[in-house]
Parts: sequence; C-alpha cells; structure tokens
Amino acid sequence: MADIGTAFGLALKLIVTVEPEFLGIVARSLAISLSAVVIAALIALPLGAVLAVYRFPGRPAAIVLVNALMGLPPVFVGLMVYLMLSRAGPLGFMGMLFTPGAMILAQSVLVAPIVIALAHRILRDLYEEYQEQLCSFGARPADMIWTLLWDGRLSLVTAVMAGFGRASAEVGAVLIVGGNIAHVTRVMTTTIALETSKGNLALALALGIVLVLIAVGVNAGAILLAGLSAPRRK
Amino acid sequence: MAILPLRLDRVCYRAGGHDLIADISLDISAGAKTLLLGANGAGKSLLLRLCHGLLGPSSGTVRWRGADADQARRRQTMVFQSPVMLRRSVRANVAYGLKLRGIGRVARAERIDTALSDTGLTALADRPARVLSGGERQRLALARAWALAPEILFLDEPTANLDPGATAAVEAIVEQIHRAGTKIVMATHDLGQARRLADEVLFLDRGRVTERAEAAAFFAGPASDPAAAFLEGRLLW
Repeated sequence: MADIGTAFGLALKLIVTVEPEFLGIVARSLAISLSAVVIAALIALPLGAVLAVYRFPGRPAAIVLVNALMGLPPVFVGLMVYLMLSRAGPLGFMGMLFTPGAMILAQSVLVAPIVIALAHRILRDLYEEYQEQLCSFGARPADMIWTLLWDGRLSLVTAVMAGFGRASAEVGAVLIVGGNIAHVTRVMTTTIALETSKGNLALALALGIVLVLIAVGVNAGAILLAGLSAPRRK
Repeated sequence: MAILPLRLDRVCYRAGGHDLIADISLDISAGAKTLLLGANGAGKSLLLRLCHGLLGPSSGTVRWRGADADQARRRQTMVFQSPVMLRRSVRANVAYGLKLRGIGRVARAERIDTALSDTGLTALADRPARVLSGGERQRLALARAWALAPEILFLDEPTANLDPGATAAVEAIVEQIHRAGTKIVMATHDLGQARRLADEVLFLDRGRVTERAEAAAFFAGPASDPAAAFLEGRLLW
C-alpha cells in the first residue's frame, strides 16, 4: 500500500512540476493522435456522407463491413501496417517503420472505420429528414453531401472525438509500428506499459492520470456538443 | 422559357398493391390558383409530389412543356406541411436555394432581402432557423421558395399545424406570390381556406380526380358525390 501511495505522490509531483521528459511524451502522444484523427476524419467524413446519400450496389455490405471494422484489434492493425512498411513490404521503400509517421498511419487506419460508421449513422438520419426538401431545392447528390456535412457538423464532432478517444488510448498498434523508441516514438500508452513492467510506477501512473483526464475531457466535450446540437424548441 | 402547362397523362402510383393515385390525366396551366381538395388519404400530397418530381409515377407520364428535366426543376418549388429548417440562420436558409441555382452574391443578397421583407422576417434574419415558431418557419419556407422566383409553386397543406393568425399570414403571402405571377397549386383539407383562396378546385377522392371546376361553381353545387359529401361534412367509406 505504501508503494502505491508513494507512487501517487510522485506522479502528482511529475504532473505539477511539468518535467521535460514527461511533457515531451504527452506532447508527442497528442501530436500523433491528433494528426491521425485529422487525416482519418478528412477521409472518413465524406465517405460516411457518401454511404448516407448514394445508393449503389454493395452499399449494405459496405455498411456492415465498416461497422465490423470499428472493432479492429489494434495489434492486428499494427501488424498489418508493420508488414506494409517493413523493408520487404510494398511500402518499405518509404523507410517509415519506427517513425511517428508510421504511428500516425496505423492510428488513422484504426480510427477511420469508427468515424465512417458513426458519421454514416448521424448523416443517414439527417438525410432522411432533409431529402425531400433538398430535392425540391434542386440539390444534386454532391450538393447534398456538403449540406449534410455542414448541417451535421456539431454531431459529427462527437464522431471525430470518439475516434480520438480510440487513437489516444490504444497501445498495441503504436507499440508494433513505432517500436517505443525514447524521444522518438515513445508515447503515453507505450510508456505506461514499459515503465510498469520496469517497476517505475510513478511515471506510469502520472501518464495514466493524464490519459484519463484527456479521455474524460474529450467525452465531456462530446456530451456538451451533443447537447448543443440537439434540436432546440422555443 | 416557360415550363407550363404541366401535363399528366394516365398517371398511376402504386404501393403495397394499392393504386394510391389511379389514372390521373390533367393539364395545369399558368394563371388561376388551383386548390387540391380532398379528405386525408385522398392522395393530395402524393399528387403534388408526383407533379414536383419527388416521386416517379408507377405508370403514365408527367411532362413539362418543352423543358428538359434540369430546367423544369429550376423553375418550380414546393412548400411542405412541416418544412425542414436547415441548421443555419434564417438568411442562410433563403440563400441556400439561390446558391444552388448559381445566383451571384450581389443579386442573391438583393433577393434575400426582398423575400425576407415580403414575408415579414427581416427582423429575424440572423436567428437560427431552428428556433423559429411554427408560423415563422412556414413564412421562412415561403420566403425560401419565393426567392427562387419559381414559375409554379406547390404547397402541401402549409397551414395544417398553424393557428388562425399564422394561417392568415401564410394565406396573405400565398396571395402575394400569386399576384407576382407564380402559378399556385395548393393542397388543403380546410374548406374555409379553399373558399378563401381557390380560383379553381381539383377534388380528389381515393386517388382519383372526381371533379375539376371553377371555385364558385364547385362550392355552389359540386357535381360529384364524394365532393358533395365532403362539403356537407358527411363521411363516405
């Protein structure tokens, strides 16, 4: 018990004093996860809208697939990205393995299906509401996609936040493709795993607390936004 | 180029094994206000949607004069019973349709201002459309439609959910739009409203047009049984 108490004390001290190495890890984690989410969102939001608006052969299968991919195991994604980026892999020439770029790529792959699936659900409901009105205005499907993305923007932020939650919390994929190299690819989750196994509980705990705070903050933000986007009545 | 008259030729609309619209042939020409009258479920909304092109007929044709589909679509618009308010300001709601039609910024601003002032919404221009009251929403729907300067305007029971004051405001705007030269085709089941607005009545019963007549003649003595029953408030099953 005393060890845990000491660890907590040290952890709080680490957070309060903003020690450089600790700060570096937090900043790197945020930079990587945010980049991954931005890239994933740029691809996934339009795809979600396309799934909501266009009727094409194979659409039901695509929707099932995207929903199933929401549950992709991070270690599997890490392994696949590792194989793609390894020297013998098709993207090996890029020399991206064990760089932050590889971690961003892996997290984008993890996050994109989540954002596509959630955006599709949100925009499908909106589309049902808007369809006749937009048709009457003379909107073509491409116009409708922009309209849905814009009018659904507040709800879509919650989809993107869910993606960010996934990216910032996962450890399996970034550990495999990043390699947990100090000062280069070491992020919060991989550090926690490493430091815990080394017995350095204070740093692990401090990072864990920050991670939880970020997760709570992101989810609180999502709920607040969902409240804002709910239809208001006079 | 004018897209009227609109010609429906033997139009049917089937769903679930029922003919919801059965063999309707008619011409809709510019000019007089046409009111579509009939009980709930008579097919008024369906007929409007078929005319407006939101639904395709199961058989038969809906044809605009000499116009290709794209041109016809740009010269007509519709106001729904519960219009969808886009999640933006009142002004941006009016701007939306104008942007889709490629109207430039300056001309657009002018048309928006005119439409808002004609419908008494100028003071609300920067409000989010979604916080408007029912009456204001319907006025905004009319402003949006009017700003597009359509040749024909379809209205699907626009006052069904409104109180008498808001209904009067909507009817006044519809009159104005008519006087400005837009053909009005409006569905209603409200007899008082039909008497106030109609120049011509199309009476629908169970998916068929049973009667088409000048308003005065129709209200003086309808020629078809279903219409007579409707006017007397009798129930026909």
